Amino acid sequence: MTQKNGSLPIQPKKNKKLKQWLPVYLMMLPGLVYLFINNYLPMAGLVIAFKKVNFSTGIFKSPWCGLDNFEFLFKTKDAFIITRNTLLYNFAFIIVNTILAILIAILISEIRGKVAKTVYQSAVLLPFLMSYVIVSYIVYAFLSGDTGMINHSVLPLLGISKIDWYSSDKYWPYIIIFVNFWKSVGYGVLIYIAGIAGIDSSYYEAAALDGATKFKQVVHVTLPALVPSIITLTLLSIGRIFYSDFSLFYQVPMNSGMLYNTTQTIDTYVYRGLLTLGNVGMASAAGFYQSCVGFILVMCSNLIVKKISPDNALF
Amino acid sequence: MVLSKKQRLGNVFVHLILILLTVIMIAPFILLFMASITDEKTLLLHGYAFIPTKFSLSAYAYIIKSGSSIIHAYGMTFVITIVGTVINLLLSSLLAYGLSLKDLPGKKFISFFVFFTMLFNGGLVPTYLMYTTIFHIKNTFFGLIIPQFLLSAMNVIMMRTYFQNSIPTELYEACQIDGGGHLVIFKHVVLPLGKPIMVSMGLFAGLAYWNDWTNALYYVNNRSLWGIQSLLNEMISNIQYLNQNSNVATNLNMSKFPSTSVRMAIAFIGLLPVLVLFPFLQKYFAKGIAVGAVKG
Repeated sequence: MTQKNGSLPIQPKKNKKLKQWLPVYLMMLPGLVYLFINNYLPMAGLVIAFKKVNFSTGIFKSPWCGLDNFEFLFKTKDAFIITRNTLLYNFAFIIVNTILAILIAILISEIRGKVAKTVYQSAVLLPFLMSYVIVSYIVYAFLSGDTGMINHSVLPLLGISKIDWYSSDKYWPYIIIFVNFWKSVGYGVLIYIAGIAGIDSSYYEAAALDGATKFKQVVHVTLPALVPSIITLTLLSIGRIFYSDFSLFYQVPMNSGMLYNTTQTIDTYVYRGLLTLGNVGMASAAGFYQSCVGFILVMCSNLIVKKISPDNALF
Repeated sequence: MVLSKKQRLGNVFVHLILILLTVIMIAPFILLFMASITDEKTLLLHGYAFIPTKFSLSAYAYIIKSGSSIIHAYGMTFVITIVGTVINLLLSSLLAYGLSLKDLPGKKFISFFVFFTMLFNGGLVPTYLMYTTIFHIKNTFFGLIIPQFLLSAMNVIMMRTYFQNSIPTELYEACQIDGGGHLVIFKHVVLPLGKPIMVSMGLFAGLAYWNDWTNALYYVNNRSLWGIQSLLNEMISNIQYLNQNSNVATNLNMSKFPSTSVRMAIAFIGLLPVLVLFPFLQKYFAKGIAVGAVKG
């Protein structure tokens, strides 16, 4: 605001306006300050990816090193593995969880009994509310070497010998995809149930009058009505396709080094680089790579949706 | 309505699938609970089972008798969750209130400032270095509260939309004519009328704090500040360490190490509050999630 040039007649008005809104700005200030600290300062801090961090001189005084950190990172096999794992897991999650969530939501919406409906709905939501630490305890109860349920009770029944789950990386893509489905499908299910509940029942009545079977009603009424929610949710997931849930990939495989080939993602790599291996340079380069490519992907996916169906774009 | 035979058969089929799904969702929790009430020797000999051959409550007795550190961690989790959730709700509702006002000068810029944090972020390395070298929250209570969860742009946007849509502008105006300032309007109009969204958003914030173990992993090594999830995390990483270095195990005093059933009992206690509150709060969770589906 240019207070200096304010001529006399305007001055009181401006003061009044400021007086009117000042309390609101003050009310908003704590939240904005938090976002500035928690979100904006680290964005500026991304420059350390171009520095050779030296803790004794401090981060700001550490010398610049150009693209050295990136060169080191992309020379290793790790860069490829973490990119591949992060992308492939996210694709699998989007496909598996979207299809199954819609399917389950349609089935639950078919149920007329109120009690049964609540029970089913609660059951799919319950794992969503649990911490990943507890999930890893549960997975361990199934998969641990000698005492695990699968090795001890299931495999002998099938005549298969014990499997050392926590050191065989080839099984983990399936385990992770299943655990992710079990833990988080409930979220999508509830969104789609809300979407289905919002469909005008006269559409179904008209379809039934025309002799449409239940299956045809689902294909021609339910699914088209869900398209906006599907696009919004998928868009949100595609925007985050370069990110992974650190807890899922760190906690559920119990941080087992022998599984890194199929469980290491960008997020676990950055954490291990920073705090267990002390390799700040590579960790910051991987973090920079994630932030920037992630940002480009959000913008692109939104742009594409904006072209196809502007109403469903996020912004 | 009379259902044809075919429709009834279809209904039974739908129920069967959903019952199977319910079992898949619930059974793992039952296994966890059963392990916590299984006799330790039976567990080691016969493995985890849904119906153990020998029951024992010794794990819970052990926790009550010798578990001062467990009870302390449990208390810490409660404190962290309550403090974090209250501050979170306060900050986000105040910010959302301002953004819900139609004529606020600079609203566009502030909205963008909030929204942009959803698109781009600095990631762990700069965040960690900033919090530890500039703000010095390492090994403090703040390290558990401040990073990550104190305010989420998504929640602010959902609250703003709710305030805009469900609080009539006439109420604001009436309040202003009566000489009520913004703080008065916020307290007497927005908070009471916005209660449903506040409850939903508060639940999500509370759940994030209750379930979090990452802030402690990044910022806090001091065990006296740890919550129950961090304690559980430490126990399971010790097991993994022992499994990978079996030669260490023989040299270690195994009697000091919590037995399998005790660990499962602690895990069960950790999820108990969520389990107990869930039936009462289920509908708010469902509502909160459904709100998220509607674009802000």
